[in-house]
Amino acid sequence: MSAKSRLLIVDDELSVRDSLGKWFGEEGYEVETAESASDAMTKLAQGKWHAALVDIKMHGTDGIELQRRMHEIDPDLVVIMMTGYASVETAVAALKNGAYDYITKPLDPDEISHLVKKALAHKQTEQENVRLRETVAEVARPEDIVGQSTVMNHVYDAIETVGPTDATVLITGESGTGKELVARAIHHASPRKFHPLVVIHCGAITESLLESELFGHEKGAFTGAQYRKKGKFEIAEGGTVFLDEIGDISLKTQTDLLRVLQEREIVRVGSNLPIKVDFRCIAATNKDLERMIEEGSFRPDLFYRLNVFRIELPPLRDRRDDIPILVSYFVQKFSQQMNKKIRRVSPGAMNLLQQQAWAGNVRELENAVERAMVVAQEPEIRESDFVFKVAVVPNGVPKSLEEIERAHILRTLESVKWNQTRAAEILEIDRVTLHHKLKKYGWSRPTVETR
Amino acid sequence: MKLLQLLPIGNLDDELLSHLGPALANTFQFPCEVLPIRLDPEFAYHGERQQYHSSEILAAMQPYIAHDTWRVLGVTGVDLYIPILTFVFGEAQIGGPCGLVSAHRLRQEFYGLPRDTELLRQRLVKEAVHEIGHTLALTHCDDYQCAMAPSHAVEWIDLKDASLCEACHTRVFVG
Repeated sequence: MSAKSRLLIVDDELSVRDSLGKWFGEEGYEVETAESASDAMTKLAQGKWHAALVDIKMHGTDGIELQRRMHEIDPDLVVIMMTGYASVETAVAALKNGAYDYITKPLDPDEISHLVKKALAHKQTEQENVRLRETVAEVARPEDIVGQSTVMNHVYDAIETVGPTDATVLITGESGTGKELVARAIHHASPRKFHPLVVIHCGAITESLLESELFGHEKGAFTGAQYRKKGKFEIAEGGTVFLDEIGDISLKTQTDLLRVLQEREIVRVGSNLPIKVDFRCIAATNKDLERMIEEGSFRPDLFYRLNVFRIELPPLRDRRDDIPILVSYFVQKFSQQMNKKIRRVSPGAMNLLQQQAWAGNVRELENAVERAMVVAQEPEIRESDFVFKVAVVPNGVPKSLEEIERAHILRTLESVKWNQTRAAEILEIDRVTLHHKLKKYGWSRPTVETR
Repeated sequence: MKLLQLLPIGNLDDELLSHLGPALANTFQFPCEVLPIRLDPEFAYHGERQQYHSSEILAAMQPYIAHDTWRVLGVTGVDLYIPILTFVFGEAQIGGPCGLVSAHRLRQEFYGLPRDTELLRQRLVKEAVHEIGHTLALTHCDDYQCAMAPSHAVEWIDLKDASLCEACHTRVFVG
């Protein structure tokens, strides 16, 4: 029994208010009474109530209308209607408006006590359920995919489109572009999000082990198989299987995989018994599967099965606009992890980062920022904190006119402490032009600062 | 020494009262006496419901509070109600001096079953302890075996004890 639950009794009959108020008081509730709809609304506005017992027939505004107004103020309020004569019409009207239940007068003590207790427990469970789901969603949420460039916006649109469906997705892109993050985002956006996302790095497992990993095995299926083991497809029941590096699996495993995708059933190694499995498949590769098909190293039928919806992730060099925001994100992330108060990235350092080739894409950028964070002195990361094997701008011999312009603007801005009006005067361009250049190079003081 | 006083109301078997007194005295450690009068509850009768309004009876008990009264418990054989409920086993003034209990629905015969005097005595003691507990400002208890557990049907009364749980006992007699 919820000893501190607050109960509001609304009835225009004094005897009902008194007797019911006293009776529920004995039951351990904190009870107040209201003699009319307006009185009830005033009390409702004054504090939080867990439940209200409302008489349907009252002078002025009746109970049904009052209940509707009460729910406008507090949708979580449990409202139980009391009626002198039970009629199907009033009961239906009350329940349609969102009343928890209704009860006929005079009330049976056992019934009303049970009803209020049950209603409050039900509401509490409902709220707990919402909280738990939110917690689970929070835990399951993938790391944010960072980027505001047009190409990344296409990727977000694709995730949003395909996420809620059950379609198989093929994610392609170079190493380090964030294929697993996208797979996690798709899983998170799907109705399967409360079931597992099982990730299998196909390239990291030998062929014989991969078969057992994917489909499971029976005891004694091979030397060392001392216990029966479930495969990843079974473990993912109801959820998503993410097959990373799908281009690295053998033709034999490709055949087995194709059968699983077609039949939606698996057979454990060492068994003949097919087991039904329910999963969504997302695959990813950095290989050119079409070329592998031409070369005969990838099965075309498996490719068509996987390539139902394709998401192509751009390499970082094709979305350099995103570098400042990515750097800012990583600086903030590692500041927390390393407990360092790095609040800024110097314009020089940012310039350097924007000129790198980033063959390893976002992962390489992340590693570079992490390394620099180790040596950086608070509160700023400087150019000297980054170590690259090949200097892109060796001693003032830039390769293009754009690079000269970029370096010159940056030097000028730093010499006037980022006073843009002053910098525009020195450069003999107007402020709007300077603003456009800053935007083009992804520079602005706020974007290179982190909280 | 103050007294726990039992006030007979309407028709009631005296034998029940003579059993109830010692049991309550033992539980609350107050001497118990049966008042030498009998209150006629007719003023509280509701013809249509064929029941007696317990709140009205409770109000009519007030003149029987004397200087040596610890608590007055009305005991009756009539069927009690409060307007909003179909019936009540009893009623009490929370933290006040008066309580009221009815044996009417505690009888096995009410449910079409053979008379069981011992069971009736036990139920009446439990409900009397329960109502006196309310006069001591106790509300309902989560411990289903405690006399203060809510019981809106005899099955629940039969499950509980005639005594207070440790927590309720402490609340009344210690804190």
